[in-house]
Amino acid sequence: MSDKKIRVLIAKPGLDGHDRGAKVIARALRDAGMEVIYTGIRQTPEMIAEAALQEDVDVVGMSILSGAHMALFPKVMDLLRQNGLDDVLVVAGGIIPDEDVPALRQMGIQGIFGPGTPTDQIVNFIREKVR
Amino acid sequence: MNDELVRGVLAGQRRAIARAISLIEDDGAEARAVLTALFPHTGRAHLVGVTGPPGSGKSTLVNALALHFRRLSPPRSVGIVAVDPTSPFSGGAILGDRIRMRDLAGDPGIFIRSMASRGNLGGLAWATADAVKVLDAAGFDLILIETVGAGQAEVDIARTAHTTVVVEVPGLGDDVQAIKAGILEIADLFAVNKADLDGADHAVMALRMMLDLNSGGTHTVLHHGRLMTVAGGQESKGAGEPGWRPPIFKTVASRREGVAELAGAILAHRAYLEQSGNLAGRERERAAAELEMILQQESLRRVLACTDPAHLAELIDRIARRELDPYTASQQLLGR
Repeated sequence: MSDKKIRVLIAKPGLDGHDRGAKVIARALRDAGMEVIYTGIRQTPEMIAEAALQEDVDVVGMSILSGAHMALFPKVMDLLRQNGLDDVLVVAGGIIPDEDVPALRQMGIQGIFGPGTPTDQIVNFIREKVR
Repeated sequence: MNDELVRGVLAGQRRAIARAISLIEDDGAEARAVLTALFPHTGRAHLVGVTGPPGSGKSTLVNALALHFRRLSPPRSVGIVAVDPTSPFSGGAILGDRIRMRDLAGDPGIFIRSMASRGNLGGLAWATADAVKVLDAAGFDLILIETVGAGQAEVDIARTAHTTVVVEVPGLGDDVQAIKAGILEIADLFAVNKADLDGADHAVMALRMMLDLNSGGTHTVLHHGRLMTVAGGQESKGAGEPGWRPPIFKTVASRREGVAELAGAILAHRAYLEQSGNLAGRERERAAAELEMILQQESLRRVLACTDPAHLAELIDRIARRELDPYTASQQLLGR
């Protein structure tokens, strides 16, 4: 009855509908014993920040393949901060060019995982960073 | 810190509500202190359960109902607790009910919380009833509680909600399914969802036949493989809840068809419970069931707290070897 679970929100911001990667990650985190709130495709930054607040998650994971990450991720980070969720671990995956990575880290996205990352690596990263 | 959390919940602050629910899910002394402080502020909301088999469209129906309640005049604020199953192997869960509730995003009069069942088998999580209390204390008018995909035996929802909606879909089973014990008996209302599929009328008739067996009046019978309505004897009401026969609605939740009628009946059921005096009876049953559950958990906790784990392990080993029976072992543990 009494055990603290890591709660993770998995969302796909933006307009691309390619959610296979997000589903693979959701499944891997579930198999690692985490509770994954899966919100599906076409999430606005507002929807993501609101869901993170209501679900009181430890981690927000975003997957994006449309190339709009430099437009959408800063908005998500701002809104999370406005909601008082500064302590939430934010990770991202999908198609993110190397040259964008420093800027994304700067804005507080701690983990950035490209195609082909072993899921174990993501699980371990989350376990280490959350408390 | 707890005082601040309680004040936040009572003021309807979303962050405080979310935090309080997490505290309760993870259990512990702090959670009990918060619930004790919130309890006097509960009992105002109308608690509505939505249950039914996996894939019957519960989340979509909850989405459509919530939208409808938001558009009433005056609009009703709606809290939603949606439960999905925890994996028995990993202890993890994928909670996907929000996918169908995207229409509700951005509305401050809505609060959605996903919850994993965490090993509880009755269709809800242990923490569900207490999470509902948080939303109740926070001032939500209606609280929609969506169970895990439920088949026949997951009937906890009837003890948690005032009004239980059982969602069925066409083509699931024959009329014998409809007279089996369990989930169909707990319905205050039925929704035959996905009613644009073949067999919706048959599903409605099968449910009607089941209800007729509980009462006099017109009967629906199976005659040469077809369901037909025939006039019956004197009208009498169902035994369990005199004066309320569960109405059956055909809905297509994805197109919001039939949802206004269902929502109207949900509110009518609450009015019926109040006028008939049955609300007080249900509240008392709820209180009894809840107290019993808390006593069970607390007794277990206390017995385990003063039991040496090595002694417990030894007793378990002896039972497994058939040297000791479990009844004697539990008497030993309780009697020391």
